[in-house]
Amino acid sequence: MNSGRRLRTRTRVLANSLGLVVFLICGFPVYWMISTSFQSRNEIRSPEPTWHPFGGGLDNYRRLFEDGEFLDALKISLLVTIATVAIALLFAFLAAVAVSRFRFRGRTSFILLMLVVQMIPAEGLFISQYKMLDGLSLTNSVLGLTTLYVACVLPFTIWTLRGFVSALPVDLEEAAMVDGCTRVGAFFRITFPLLAPGLVATGVFGFIQAWNEFTLALVVMTRDDKKTLPVWLSTFSDANRGTDWGAVMAGSTLISIPVILFFLMVQGRMVSGLTVGAVKG
Amino acid sequence: MALTTRPAKSTRNRTLADRAPAVRKAMLPYGLLLPALIALAFALGYPLIRQVMLSFQEFGLAQQFGRPPEWVGLQNYRDLVSDSYLWVLVLRSVVFCLVNAGLTMVLGVAIALLMRLMSTPVRLVVQAGLLIAWAMPVLASLTVWTWLFDTQYGVVNWILERLGGDFAGHSWLIEPMSFFLIATLLVVWMSIPFVAFTVYAALTQVPQEILEAAEVDGAGPWQRTRLVVLPSIRPVLLVVGLLELVWGLRVFTQIYVLQQAGGVTRETNLLGTYVYRSGIGEGEFGVAATVAMFMLALTVLLTAPYVIKMIRDDREMA
Repeated sequence: MNSGRRLRTRTRVLANSLGLVVFLICGFPVYWMISTSFQSRNEIRSPEPTWHPFGGGLDNYRRLFEDGEFLDALKISLLVTIATVAIALLFAFLAAVAVSRFRFRGRTSFILLMLVVQMIPAEGLFISQYKMLDGLSLTNSVLGLTTLYVACVLPFTIWTLRGFVSALPVDLEEAAMVDGCTRVGAFFRITFPLLAPGLVATGVFGFIQAWNEFTLALVVMTRDDKKTLPVWLSTFSDANRGTDWGAVMAGSTLISIPVILFFLMVQGRMVSGLTVGAVKG
Repeated sequence: MALTTRPAKSTRNRTLADRAPAVRKAMLPYGLLLPALIALAFALGYPLIRQVMLSFQEFGLAQQFGRPPEWVGLQNYRDLVSDSYLWVLVLRSVVFCLVNAGLTMVLGVAIALLMRLMSTPVRLVVQAGLLIAWAMPVLASLTVWTWLFDTQYGVVNWILERLGGDFAGHSWLIEPMSFFLIATLLVVWMSIPFVAFTVYAALTQVPQEILEAAEVDGAGPWQRTRLVVLPSIRPVLLVVGLLELVWGLRVFTQIYVLQQAGGVTRETNLLGTYVYRSGIGEGEFGVAATVAMFMLALTVLLTAPYVIKMIRDDREMA
């Protein structure tokens, strides 16, 4: 018994120390990003790394906001992301209602189609998507990129919303209808408010995906003033130019903050959602 | 997910039928699906058909400038299959995918198992770290990692130099092997949190009684893990492993950005970056579409078991 307990303490100490190593490996790059973003150019370019932040104050961030390209990219990213989330939520909501509130021929096929479509890698299709948008003069346009993004996030959004809609009891709606509400009225007064958390969670998925997406943005948005934030960020690490690491890290930090916050909000659902049938950005 | 038929359905349908003409009622669900279907057909369906057509056409630079594409049947496929570079690409992509998926699974499951042995505060700290690494946008992680491994000012070179290696001014991206080492580090770092969290969630579902019974029967910790814990989370391991394989096969962003940061393109291309460079870069759309079809076919081959399993589960629950 005694030796068993000692073994258990030893295991725990070992597990704890390995855990701290895991934490360091996960956290250090993130710390280094934030730390560098607050360092002055001299600290960044000194042979000895500076381990603590704040030497350069907000200089890097100031330079970033004086850079027109960053502001352009921020604008494009916000436009595309918000449009994608709004359209995808609307379309997905309608489809989720159809799938979970009605029985009709083709219903199962539709659900399976969503599952299969999720598996199509964007990397295997962007050539013809580019050709199509090019033919319609929709490259370098928010509309063009948004169309592709909507299709990217739709299957997952429908899949998740469907779960939320069918979790709501139909009885509530019926009770309201008995009390004199119209079907539409019952839906918007009873079901819709109850569905709000589901819509928020699903919308956040869409936001994260559209905000982070790189491949399609790289292919579709080729002009300098039409780049999204990830594409703008990628042009920095070009071997042929001296990289302004302070500004790059400031940009990375700014791009990450909304995503990390949103992510923490919906993390629990993310785990279950991803195992059900999944898309990763 | 279950396709349960609710008993309440029939009564509700009756009330509905009283209110709306039957035909309109029957069409309503299709109307609700229409916007989603149109969006998918436009942005995925049409390009897919077009890509199949492109792969049967001669579509290079001349066609970019207005010459009508020529139908060449299987010529693109024949050219590719006889081009040894394609096989290098396929082999490289498959090996890269297997190594990354394997490492991610082994490390992710190990972390999940370890998390059960940690004391609660440490576990929360580890989960916070994993969550932040998971939440980082791909591009932000990529730029940080290229900064960490920067030739001149990178902190990794500095540390290795302190540890006695000759790493001052060492360039990690020039040699294909060390290029892929960095790419693997990156991909694994980004993918572990998902595996660790999902597997940990599954581990908490393993009934305590079974573990205690095994302990009473004299099974040591290692035996309990191998013979009781891992088999009971097998379904989750299978799904997660398959997803990692699929994601590993479509890796594009990491390779592309690292190439821009100083890799030798030809020696470091995977299928995805080759499609981009030959299609968007050189205007050889016919060739690019054909390689993309290879990628899609590989993905279908890999995902078919998963999809079939999902369909079967769905049926069983119904």
